[in-house]
Amino acid sequence: MTMTTVDESTLKGGDLVKRHRVSTRLWHWLNVITIFIMIMSGLMIFNAHPRLYWGQYGANYETPWFEIGHNAANTHGMVMIGKYMFDTTGVLGLSHYADGSTNAHAFPGWITLPEHYSLTMARHWHLFFAWVLVLPWAAYLLVSFFNRHIQRDLAPTRAELKPKAIWQDIVDHAKFHFPKGAAAIHHNFLQKLAYLGVLFGLIPTMILSGLSLSPGMTAAWPWLLWLMGGRASARSVHFICMSLIIGFILVHLALVVAVGPYNEIRSMITGKFRLPKERAPTLTSAQEPAE
Amino acid sequence: MIISRRSLITSAALGSGLMLSGCDKLAENPQFAGLLNQGEKLTFRVQRGLSERAALAPEYSAAQMSPHFRTNGNTLPASDDYAGHVTENFQYWKLVVDGLVATPLALSLAELMSMPKRTQITQHNCVEGWTAIGKWTGVPLGLLLKRANLRPQAKYLVFHCADDFGGTPYYESIDLIDGFHPQTILAWGLNDAILPVGNGAPLRLRVERQLGYKQAKYVMRVEAVESLDKIGHGKGGFWEDNINYEWYAGI
Repeated sequence: MTMTTVDESTLKGGDLVKRHRVSTRLWHWLNVITIFIMIMSGLMIFNAHPRLYWGQYGANYETPWFEIGHNAANTHGMVMIGKYMFDTTGVLGLSHYADGSTNAHAFPGWITLPEHYSLTMARHWHLFFAWVLVLPWAAYLLVSFFNRHIQRDLAPTRAELKPKAIWQDIVDHAKFHFPKGAAAIHHNFLQKLAYLGVLFGLIPTMILSGLSLSPGMTAAWPWLLWLMGGRASARSVHFICMSLIIGFILVHLALVVAVGPYNEIRSMITGKFRLPKERAPTLTSAQEPAE
Repeated sequence: MIISRRSLITSAALGSGLMLSGCDKLAENPQFAGLLNQGEKLTFRVQRGLSERAALAPEYSAAQMSPHFRTNGNTLPASDDYAGHVTENFQYWKLVVDGLVATPLALSLAELMSMPKRTQITQHNCVEGWTAIGKWTGVPLGLLLKRANLRPQAKYLVFHCADDFGGTPYYESIDLIDGFHPQTILAWGLNDAILPVGNGAPLRLRVERQLGYKQAKYVMRVEAVESLDKIGHGKGGFWEDNINYEWYAGI
């Protein structure tokens, strides 16, 4: 965030500061589109075989650890995780299209791409936008190393890594106490952890587990299957990472709303961020003589 | 907070709905669909660029094999001809290798089985997402191609099959890089037994660096061609022609 050499000590709540670089803003909005397309087309691909296994292989004779299905009479949809079964009629396993007709596939039409079952179209979307995900991600990493965004804004400082400071940050988040004034220029520790986790954890694992599903890639790079513990495991890892990315998006959106959607969204469009005002003066400070 | 959470969920659902109908409309546009299809070409070039010409698909140990190798697609070709071959144990059946070759071949199953063979325990990767590991035994396709003396114009190999979908015969095609790949075999054995009818008897293609739908079953004829334009609808395979699956199925 410290793109200009502004003396931060002079900044106070209410000031408009530069917050996000153009590379961050571009990549963010591109991802808004790409991630949704990848998730929705991926869910349609999952519909083709709505079972997940661990290990090298997995097909209908094997026992899945996760399955979305419906009963033989097509009246109930259900989700099976391990030995637990949940009735999910109406949402998963058995749902309705917008026109009221029955959808007996795992994920409902309103969340898949395309809406109606088509493994072909889902693969076209998924395998094209995989490039749109991977290439800009790699470019963003490169740019962010060279302009020191990662080192300066995302890497936790030594002070932040102290257990006491980490605990304080967790408590602040739990109480919805967010930094005010000049302190809000920087990401806080949990924020840094979340962004670093997505940038260096979830997205790379997503890419590697996706590549592990490709027989062309595993011939070129056999270590992929070793890394994932087998092709069936790779498909499970791919699905779990997708779920974690959805979790990240939900928390991210909830925090944007909690902190102030107008200011946050503006900062991601124009780059300008208004520092939140410090708390209203308390009684004690109000009694202090005003100079 | 409750209101904003609810409005958040509503707007997310609304947004996804709008985006979805927008995406589906966009995909109906031939230019945009064409753009999406470019992904296949990029993936093909990059994967070929990253792979040694003869990079092997991983092979597994006997202990890693699927206990049951499932069947799928067509499991019994409907033609009378094929039924006759099954009753005769494929005794009078012959594999034809023709097209752009100097020496067309017609080989019986016994002849194919007496040729040098390759056994490999590999993974079958269905486009749908299920996988199975099986042990395939067969004749390397490259040996047959050398014996047939491929003409220099030949660029693709088309596999004509005995099975059909609604009267349209199944076929698949690969290029010569996959054709001469050491793991590309015409398999007559699965899991130490003669290839069962359900899995493609008497002969099925194994092209191990691609997905399941490329592994043509019930192969009757291998035709060497210069271009795929005049075969079927010109996209190189039954599923490619009929539901627009990718011709390159490396991912």
